[in-house]
Amino acid sequence: MKTYYSVLRLRLKIGLQYRTAAWAGIATQFFFGIIQIMVFEAFYQHSAHTPPISLKELITYLWLQQAFLAFIMLWFRDNELFNLITSGNIAYELCRPAGIYGYWFARLLSQRLSSAFLRCFPILLIAFCIPEPHRMTLPPSWTSFVLFLSALVLGLLVLVAISMFIYISVFVTMSPAGSTLIFAVVGEFFSGIIIPIPLMPEWLQKVTGWLPFHLTADFPFRVYSGHIPPPEAAMGVLAQIIWLVLLVGTGMFALKKVLRRVVVQGG
Amino acid sequence: MNLYFKYFRMLLNSQMQYRASFWLLCIGQFFTPFVMFAGMYFLFERFGQIKGWDFFEVALCFAVIHMAFSICECLARGFDSFSNLVIKGEFDRILVRPRSTVLQILGSNIEFTRVGRLMQSAIVLIWAVRNIAVDWDFFKLTTLFFMVTGGVFIFTGIFILAAAMCFWTVQGLEVANVFTDGGKEMAQYPLNIYQKWIIRFFTYVIPFGCVNYLPLLYILGKSNGGSDLLYMMMPAAGILFILPCLAVWHFGVRHYRSTGS
Repeated sequence: MKTYYSVLRLRLKIGLQYRTAAWAGIATQFFFGIIQIMVFEAFYQHSAHTPPISLKELITYLWLQQAFLAFIMLWFRDNELFNLITSGNIAYELCRPAGIYGYWFARLLSQRLSSAFLRCFPILLIAFCIPEPHRMTLPPSWTSFVLFLSALVLGLLVLVAISMFIYISVFVTMSPAGSTLIFAVVGEFFSGIIIPIPLMPEWLQKVTGWLPFHLTADFPFRVYSGHIPPPEAAMGVLAQIIWLVLLVGTGMFALKKVLRRVVVQGG
Repeated sequence: MNLYFKYFRMLLNSQMQYRASFWLLCIGQFFTPFVMFAGMYFLFERFGQIKGWDFFEVALCFAVIHMAFSICECLARGFDSFSNLVIKGEFDRILVRPRSTVLQILGSNIEFTRVGRLMQSAIVLIWAVRNIAVDWDFFKLTTLFFMVTGGVFIFTGIFILAAAMCFWTVQGLEVANVFTDGGKEMAQYPLNIYQKWIIRFFTYVIPFGCVNYLPLLYILGKSNGGSDLLYMMMPAAGILFILPCLAVWHFGVRHYRSTGS
């Protein structure tokens, strides 16, 4: 555990070096956020019947998505790991006296954490200060807020567990581009980044309910905005824990499988 | 021009060497805008319309801008990945050759897998054109064609500007994404659903509005009072946009300091 912790700390420090990149990212995400909000505002303006999520909740939801983009994006990738696998340097990794699953998990986790640390506070600050119709709101109660925090952390862990599968699949396909693309397209759609899950048609909402993706990006933010009331949210947190155990378990198993047959590329 | 076709053939041949990977990437590229379009479809299914625009009108808007974007990403990829050339000092090599720098950068990389994206938007375009309540005539189709062309020029202009920034910053700047990806994201809906400051910026500074919103008004017959010719000519503004971008580029080239070893 201590090894993983120090990997986490080291990677966090590396990630925090890229501050200019973070500023650029903040500008981009702020712009995306405002554009999306305006699009939904326009949709809501002449809506015939009341939509399943209020505009206020939706705005908060969208701002949270932008602020914690690093926690929810599947295409956020570590090219170094891909290079390790495709170039054969994976041999070095195998020599390390630490489990490769835990080591990579800590590494991916810290990248997302450092990126989010740099970006989320300025975006949230702006989102809380801009004029009324687009302003972000506080959660309805303390219980919602506490549940949101735990859901966010668990969601992040679930996401990293999912993204581990991208790296594991590269062992088989040897082509990082294809794997990330498929994961990103499918994952983003079912996690509600393209359109919020409450606005999807009924049948599609059912499909997303059976997949783990919505637990990462959609569920925590809806808990925050109060769209999911606390008792239901507690159930969701439970679902997150179950999925997390399941994903980590199968991930470890799959990694062991591919490593047994690993071909070290190159010399 | 001849040289450019040679680059084109060369790159096509080299990318075709990995045929399976090429087609897989194409298919993957097809699905990226596809899910966005599906998202839009579901939103219309729920809300019916957006500020008086119906689904096929917005789909046309979407198709035009995505087509322009994918063509541009395919052809102007060299500018997109320009910072790599600067960082490795390979731009020096380009400078000593007796051909224009713009042509060589364009030829340095062409991303043929974007064809998948292009296919998707072309299908949407055809679908929208056939279902929209418009009597298509020669003028309207030409306008449509120029809308896409104008869009390609705007995106290319932005890519060139972003690449020119590398002469000063060396590292590529993510801010450019606001205008490329962000511009695409924004312009896939008709411009008038946004607030005033966004409309102004994207009409007068970066003329996205001129290549899809304004000519679209003409095509749909929504241009109340304005002269049709003026609306038809609007995409020209998109083509003109590239001139200042090229000027900045040439200014940047003169300021270039090699990082190479």
